Amino acid sequence: MSAAQSSGVKSAARTVAFAARSGENASRMKSARRFFVRHPGVVRLGIVILIFIAWEIAARWFMDPLFIAPPSRVFTSLGAVLGTSGVPAALRLTFFELTVAFVIAVVVGLVIGLAIGLQPFARRSLMPIVLLVYGLPQITILPLFILGFGIGAASKIAFGVTHGVFPIVITVVAGVQNLKPILLVSARSMGASRWQLLRWVIFPHMIPSFFAGMRLGMSGVLLGVLLAELYVSTAGIGYFTQMFTENFDPTKLFGLIAMLAAMAIILNELVRRAENRFSRWR
Amino acid sequence: MARRSEKARQLASRAVQIGFLLVLLLLWYVATNFWGVNRLLLPNPVDVWEQLKDVLRTGNYLPDLRVTATEFVVAFLLSTTTGTVIGYFVSRSRFWTRVFEPLFAGIFSIPIILFLPLYVLFFGLGLESKIALGTTISFFPIVLATIAGFSNVDRTLITAARSMGASNWLLFRYVLLPGALPVIFGGLRIGFTICLLSILGSETIASLAGLGHHIVELAEDMEMSRMFAYITFVVVMVAVLNAVVSHLEARGRRHG
Repeated sequence: MSAAQSSGVKSAARTVAFAARSGENASRMKSARRFFVRHPGVVRLGIVILIFIAWEIAARWFMDPLFIAPPSRVFTSLGAVLGTSGVPAALRLTFFELTVAFVIAVVVGLVIGLAIGLQPFARRSLMPIVLLVYGLPQITILPLFILGFGIGAASKIAFGVTHGVFPIVITVVAGVQNLKPILLVSARSMGASRWQLLRWVIFPHMIPSFFAGMRLGMSGVLLGVLLAELYVSTAGIGYFTQMFTENFDPTKLFGLIAMLAAMAIILNELVRRAENRFSRWR
Repeated sequence: MARRSEKARQLASRAVQIGFLLVLLLLWYVATNFWGVNRLLLPNPVDVWEQLKDVLRTGNYLPDLRVTATEFVVAFLLSTTTGTVIGYFVSRSRFWTRVFEPLFAGIFSIPIILFLPLYVLFFGLGLESKIALGTTISFFPIVLATIAGFSNVDRTLITAARSMGASNWLLFRYVLLPGALPVIFGGLRIGFTICLLSILGSETIASLAGLGHHIVELAEDMEMSRMFAYITFVVVMVAVLNAVVSHLEARGRRHG
């Protein structure tokens, strides 16, 4: 049975259950219960808040303050973290590395993906190599990146690019592959030039998979840059996470990591929004 | 006729693949022997081969391999059991699925490697921090796949089995499990890969022992050809493991 059919069955079952429930006598307990059933988001938020409260209690009274900080203190220390000399510059540097690596990965991935994807022979002979390299543990060659590009921003950008470029290549190739041959043939028989073909047929059809690739590429770039930052760093966030760890200053460490997590979430969300927006045309 | 040309094309693409790798090796050899590329950046392939043979013969890799393997096995077992059990219980109720699934998916989209400094601070530099990190990272794909697998089992099949009087256990064994298994296998495969990668990664960044640690140590001692030998060893090992797991997954999908 197809997914659409089964979801139809599900929604029918839901309607029946809902009708049965709404027919019941609405005492206060029941209406509260119904509210929660209809708003799982509220319950989700409640669970997250409960986790934070448990963490607060544990960190305040039961655990060693050298190793864990309660969330309230982390939150109030965010200002102090930003005030630590060098931290704003480190955050800016990391953001810069992420952006540059992402742009390079997208451009290179798109070019390689188109070059491989548009040639059936190149696709069959080179794709296995791309997939093979993509499956290798790149983290083992991180020391080589440091030797080759130094301990500055260049090695982080390079490592981010190699993490981000493969998912983009693979999804672009898959997107080109899914193009219906009849569209290409009919456009060509109507006299479309190579450029027109690319601009009006191939490109619009590739957009959804291209944005899916960008999303995967973004998480790859985040992973690569952050790994390289944590491995060795002289001015980036890797330097500060190490310093806060060595000084047993968990409050600032948690604060800095919270800021980075926020940065990662925002970047991921931006790419995801763009994906939703640009794949709607079909 | 068509079949023959298909075969010829397949041969041609194989030839290109092998040629590509050979040219790469040849370039490496020529660059290090004749073009004077710095040996500290790129050691000679012949030296690397000698070192690799030495490493394999002396069993020099065994202690580090044991550490990494222990970390990996413990972490993957932990994440598999917690992920499938929690995933199953969440998937039993549509309400809890709608509560938890976006939560897990949201956390999964954050690069969890960010929290490595916290894990090191909390669990120390030894095995524990790697196991904890590997478990956390591989938990999410497994739990998400388990939820997706169980909740996508066809409702009519469940209703049919129930109306024919299937008990909870029979329903689980003959309807839910076979329906969900292919999806769960997909999640386990992703979990396997990223668990191994995160453990190697955290060994590279902060550790006392393990294969990732050994590679960094060799890099710091500038023993480049031995380091390349170790990298080759780890890369080939992981590639073989990935191939084996892919094969198992494909078989599991067919029989599940």
